[in-house]
Parts: sequence; structure tokens; C-alpha cells
Amino acid sequence: MIDLKKHSAFLLSLPFALVIFAFFVVPLCLVIMVSFWDYNSYSIIPDFIFTNYEDIFYGCIRDLPNLCTSFATYLSSLKFVFITWLLTLVIGFLVALFLAFCIKTLQMQIVLFLLCTIPFWTSNVIRMISWIPLLGRNGLVNSTLIDLGVIDAPYEWMLYSEFSVIIAFIHLYTLFMVVPIFNSMMRIDRSLLEAAHDAGASTMQILTNVIIPLSRPGIIIGSIFVITIVMGDFLTIGVMGGQQIPSVGKIINVEMTYLQFPAAAANAVILIMTTLMIIFAMTKLVDIRKEL
Amino acid sequence: MIARNFRLSLAVFFTLFILFLYGPTISILVLSFQGPEGGLTFPMRGFSTFWFESLFDGVGVIDIWGAFARSIRLGLVVMVLTVIFSLMAGMAFRRHFALSAFLFYATISSLIVPSIVISLGVALEFRIIDDLIKAIGADLQVQWIIDDFRTTMGLFSSGLGAQLTWTLPFGLLIMFAVFNRFDPSYEEAARDLGAGPWQTFREAVLPIIAPSLIGVALFGFTLSYDELARSSQAIGGLNTLPLELRGLTTTVTDPTIYALGTLTTAVSFVAIAFFLTLFVLLRRRGKATVPQESLP
Repeated sequence: MIDLKKHSAFLLSLPFALVIFAFFVVPLCLVIMVSFWDYNSYSIIPDFIFTNYEDIFYGCIRDLPNLCTSFATYLSSLKFVFITWLLTLVIGFLVALFLAFCIKTLQMQIVLFLLCTIPFWTSNVIRMISWIPLLGRNGLVNSTLIDLGVIDAPYEWMLYSEFSVIIAFIHLYTLFMVVPIFNSMMRIDRSLLEAAHDAGASTMQILTNVIIPLSRPGIIIGSIFVITIVMGDFLTIGVMGGQQIPSVGKIINVEMTYLQFPAAAANAVILIMTTLMIIFAMTKLVDIRKEL
Repeated sequence: MIARNFRLSLAVFFTLFILFLYGPTISILVLSFQGPEGGLTFPMRGFSTFWFESLFDGVGVIDIWGAFARSIRLGLVVMVLTVIFSLMAGMAFRRHFALSAFLFYATISSLIVPSIVISLGVALEFRIIDDLIKAIGADLQVQWIIDDFRTTMGLFSSGLGAQLTWTLPFGLLIMFAVFNRFDPSYEEAARDLGAGPWQTFREAVLPIIAPSLIGVALFGFTLSYDELARSSQAIGGLNTLPLELRGLTTTVTDPTIYALGTLTTAVSFVAIAFFLTLFVLLRRRGKATVPQESLP
């Protein structure tokens, strides 16, 4: 007979584990498996072929230094990843710094922290389209600039462009930086700051020698979140880019609507590999579980 | 320690960040009350509830209210399952158990694997299940499968599963944060007084962690209610509200879409306010009772 008491922890974890298994582990394995399958216009056919991968990189090496579609798409995604990562990191760090070290009472800290968090619990699509009345051709920013005499004709590059995509990314995902960095900062022993101050350190020196090194775990966790989200994004780039900017996520999405599942799966596998490489490099630097 | 000037500029920066965070949402809240002649941008041409009325009359062929009801129902189911499963798993993770490290890494991966990949995987899974059922039906001549069976995909099968891969990791991470700060001496005291495992859990552990469970519920409901990337390919024939909304961004070119935005944001805010109030109340009650009861 099974000893219930001995296995109680395992049994407790079972419902959670089964959901993760059935809806994450199995689907992920299926994606890998189906990426080697064949397909025609109405069905997918079990097989073991590399055609789907060959199609993605068809002509990519031959045409260098000209970029093929796949390379250009990945490069575009990487560009968004880098810019968004840098900006969310700087903004998120400064916001967390303010919350952690400039607010005196815990109560006020909680209130301001919630103020940053509440938008996370509202609709992403709505938060995206809410930029239209501001950035559009006749939007608030353009009309203000014209009224002030700064420009004569409205800027066209503010909406449905790479600019608006990056604005939306920052708007949506800076929180993923704020929370872990704030969490790390709250664990910093305040007497360390006093000691540094007493030893004659300037604010800048306290920042670079005490706060930044000790916030490193939070910075890394936040970075992993932002990088993976932006890397696989297809909604924000779609809506805010006016469906004009390519992304890996969008390729997968389009292939799925044409029921080309094996092709989509091959793209997904390459996307995962790319993100995994980035995360792997980062998790080498921190143990997530100890940081919560 | 931190120079006064620097603190001041941080305060200014923070204020600007909050403006950046809320400004756009406020602008569409205002614009949803645009007059009948008004358009998608400022200036306001009058002030009316015209666009809300047009929303209540329905947006084209799309069944907005059906989608709204589906989103709420799915959100509630996701919320309940997220709270129960995360709590159980959180308790389990306080000890080492078989495959615990594997489960932990799988959960973290579930959070950071791109949503479109999960959507694809779940869609594939159900497609393969459908094909299997149809094949079995044809082989064994099961009449209802041959005649009526279409798909196993749906709101409460593939849609629910896809959303749980997003909410459960948040739930578990919150439980980790809770139990890392949990003082086990309350449990020991309960056990010393002769409480069994279930009684210890119900009368010592649960009251202390109850406010955090409200937090898990808040994540479960709001993240499901607004979820879109993971369910996009795995929801079956009937869409949820966020999916309809995304479709509308390209087809609707009048302030009706702002009215809809105002409405769903209002629902989110009501949910957030409800959970936060519950959280504060539970904490206050916990603070008022725990110290007295724990007196020797």
C-alpha cells in the first residue's frame, strides 16, 4: 500500500503538477515533435523530415551578407529586445530605487507600489490602443507641438511605427523590472548604506558600490522576464506596429491561421532555442528560488 | 545617505512615470464620453454617452455581451483553480518531494516560454486528440462520433488549460514568498496542543496566509480576464472579450472601442478594489486576533 503520510507533499503538488504537465510539458513536446512532421493544405502528417527547418533558413547562408527574411526578422526582434530591455531596466531601477529608499513609511511604500502594479491587472489591448489618441496624426502630442509652434506638420512616425511599439513595451512591461528589483532592494541591510555614507561615500558611490551589486538578482530576474516577453511578442508589435513590422511571434501566428502547424512548430522551436540561450546565460548568474 | 537633490529628482521621475502609466488610460476614459460628432482623438466635441449606447446596441456582428460573459465565467474558474492548486503546491514545496526540482523549473519555464508557443502547443495537442477520437470513432463505428463529434477544444478545456499555464506560476511564486516569511512556530504550537494536520492547517496556517490567498485570487481573475496571447489559438469557436477586442482594433474606427475599453477597465478596477479591500480587512482581522490568541 502507498504510505500517504510519506508522500503527502508529492500528493499535494499533484493537481498543480498535472496541469503544468498536461498544458505545458506535453504541448511543448508536441511542438518539438510536430516540427519534424509533414503537412498539406488540410492536414498534418506524422513523419520525420527536416523540411520545415530547411524552409526557414532557405537561402540564408547563400545570400549573406544580404539578410534573408528569417535573419532579418530575428534581427528586428533582437533590436526591440535590446532597446526595450535597456529602457525598462533604467526606468524600472529608478522607480524601485525611489520606492525602496526615498519613502519612509511601509504603508506609503505599499500604496505607491500598488499604484505601479494596478495597470498590470488591466487589459493589455486597451492599454495599447489608449496610445492612439495621444500619438496619432491628430493626436494630443502632435496638436500640442503644432500649437506651440515647434512643428508645422504633424509627425507621422509616432503611431504604427517602431517608436510606438517601444513606447507600448515600456508601458506594459516596466513593471516586470520594478517588482523584482524592488524586492531585492528591500532586502538590502540599511546599515550598509549608513556605513558607506559614514565612510564618506557620495550618493553615486553608494549606488554603484552598494545598491547596484546587491540588486543584481532582481535586475537579472526582471531582465529575463522582459527579454523573453519581447522576444516572443506578436500582439504589441502587431497592434502598435500597424501590422507592418515583422516578428517571430507573428510568423508563427500567421502560419497557424493557415493551418501550417509543422512550419509554425519549427519556428517555435527556433524561437525557444534563442530565448533559452539568453535565459541560460542569465540563470547561471542567479538562483531564482532563493530570492523570493 | 542619498543626497537630497537626488531624492527630489527621483520623486519627480516617479511622478512622471505614474503619469506615463495612467495618462493614456485616462485619455480614453475621457474620450469614450465623446459627443456623437467626435472622433478618435481630442478635441472633445461635446459630452455624451452616445458611444456607450452604440456599444449596448451591439458592435456589428460580434456578440460582445456573450464574449463578456464568457470572460467573466472563465476568469472565475481560473481564479478558483489557481488559488486551490497554488496553495496545495505551495504547502508541498515546503518539503522536498519526488520531482520537486523538476516541477519548479517547469513552472518557471511555463511563465517565460513565449505565449504564442504555448498557444500553438495546446492547439496541436487538442487537434491530435480530435484526430485520435475521430480515428477511433471510424474504426469502431461509433455513430455519435462519426455524426456529431467536432472538437474537444473549447473555453473550459484548451482555453482553461492555456490560461492556467500563465496564472499558476504567479500563484506558486506568491506562495513561495508567503512561506519563506512564514513562522512555523504557530504550526508547532498547534501540533503541541494536539491538533491533527488538517486542524493545524485550518486553524493555524490558513488564517495567517488568508490575505495572501486573496492576492493569488486577484492575479488569477484579472490575468485570466485580460489574457489573450495564450488563449488566442486555443479557445475554440467562441472568443473571450480580449480576443474580440483585438479584432475590433482593426475594424472599429469610432469611439465605441473606447467605450468598450472604459467598460472592461471598469470591470478590472472593480475586481481589483474588491480584492484589495478584502485583503486589507483580512489582514486587519488577522492582526487583531493573532497576537491575543498567541499569548501564553
